[in-house]
Amino acid sequence: MRASTVETALRRVGSVTINSVERVGFAARFSLAVVVHAPAAVRRLSLTLREIYFSGVLSLVIILVSGLFVGMVLALQGYDVLTRYGANESLGVLVALSLVRELGPVVAGLLFASRAGSAITAEIGLMKTTEQLSAMEMMAVDPLARVVAPRFFGGIVSMPLLAALFSTMGIFGAYVVGVRLIGIDAGSFWGNMQAAVDFRYDIVNGIVKSVVFGVAVSLIAVFEGYHARPTAEGVSTATTRTVVASSLSILALDFVLTVFMFRGLGV
Amino acid sequence: MNRSALDLWVGIFVTIGVAAILFLSLKVGNLLTVSNDHGYRLEAEFDNIGGLKLRAPVKAAGVVVGRVEGIRLDPKTYEAVVTLKIDRGYAFSKDTIASILTSGLLGEVYIGLDAGGDTRMLADGDTITKTQSAIVLEKLIGQFLFDKAAGGAGAPAASGGAAPAAAAAGGTR
Repeated sequence: MRASTVETALRRVGSVTINSVERVGFAARFSLAVVVHAPAAVRRLSLTLREIYFSGVLSLVIILVSGLFVGMVLALQGYDVLTRYGANESLGVLVALSLVRELGPVVAGLLFASRAGSAITAEIGLMKTTEQLSAMEMMAVDPLARVVAPRFFGGIVSMPLLAALFSTMGIFGAYVVGVRLIGIDAGSFWGNMQAAVDFRYDIVNGIVKSVVFGVAVSLIAVFEGYHARPTAEGVSTATTRTVVASSLSILALDFVLTVFMFRGLGV
Repeated sequence: MNRSALDLWVGIFVTIGVAAILFLSLKVGNLLTVSNDHGYRLEAEFDNIGGLKLRAPVKAAGVVVGRVEGIRLDPKTYEAVVTLKIDRGYAFSKDTIASILTSGLLGEVYIGLDAGGDTRMLADGDTITKTQSAIVLEKLIGQFLFDKAAGGAGAPAASGGAAPAAAAAGGTR
């Protein structure tokens, strides 16, 4: 009796291990297949354009408005703290560096995951539920090339552009609040910013970050959609998992990338 | 949505996205005026570099002429060796003095170059021989207090104010 309880527990541990290893292997093989099929997105350019429209153009409103407000709030809060040290001319530096290095890629990535990633998962999941993917396979059309690759590629193209727009709107918002409303000198706002922001270290690293986040979010979104359980509940679970998993991986990847990019710089 | 409208919207999106990247690079990152790859390197040895950091500006007469590219310790002389990258187009004479300065009381630390009268110019890889180390505020205060105490115990000479400042400013080597 006692032995059988231990045996049941061991069995459970074993099955959990096997299932998770299987899932990791599955995800790795799927990622590999998506990367192999990525050139198909260039061959089917009209499909890819359609996906850039859905994940990029339709995300513009939320990205631009959020960027504006994030920049304005950063300017107000930053001014409040900086003015205690008599350093309110550094407001441009504070806003530009935090937006270009961190907030632009990260917040745009989180918004992109919840606005576009969830939509991609729901669409592919519903295609699977209604057996459209099986129908394609019947007609000898590879769903990886026809459905998955354009969405993956569209996400990778959209994400860096959205992050750059987010940072630009944020800096514009900070300019409006800092220079127009509070009355910091425009020359020192831009001048200090230009002296402190480095092209190679800050802007290129910010763009690299947003490309990595774009790959992560798109990959998670198409994976969850492609392997959703073909039920209404399964699609809803997959959509939730996309948002949770891509948000967590954005934050974790951001930490790892920041450690490698800005370590030992002394700034 | 028909194809031409789709093309238009994606075109607008990509154009403003690329414009945003250009704005960040040119206006915020100031890519046009600071050329990173053109320039030559000089070395300077200091007793103490204080709070000097990588990428700190190198200024001559207040104008930024380069950046600090590397900082290391010479294991034999125990002096700090600072590598400076000077923009091409600026030449400095052999007897240029490099000093570590601070803009304001709490401002950034930078290297100031004071050009001399020598006709020979520093070339790539040369070492600036005349340097002035950073002023460490704690040492300055310590010396001031020490001199004050010494002056108070001896004759009532009021020379304690000027001497420590000159002594602590670091000897020009």
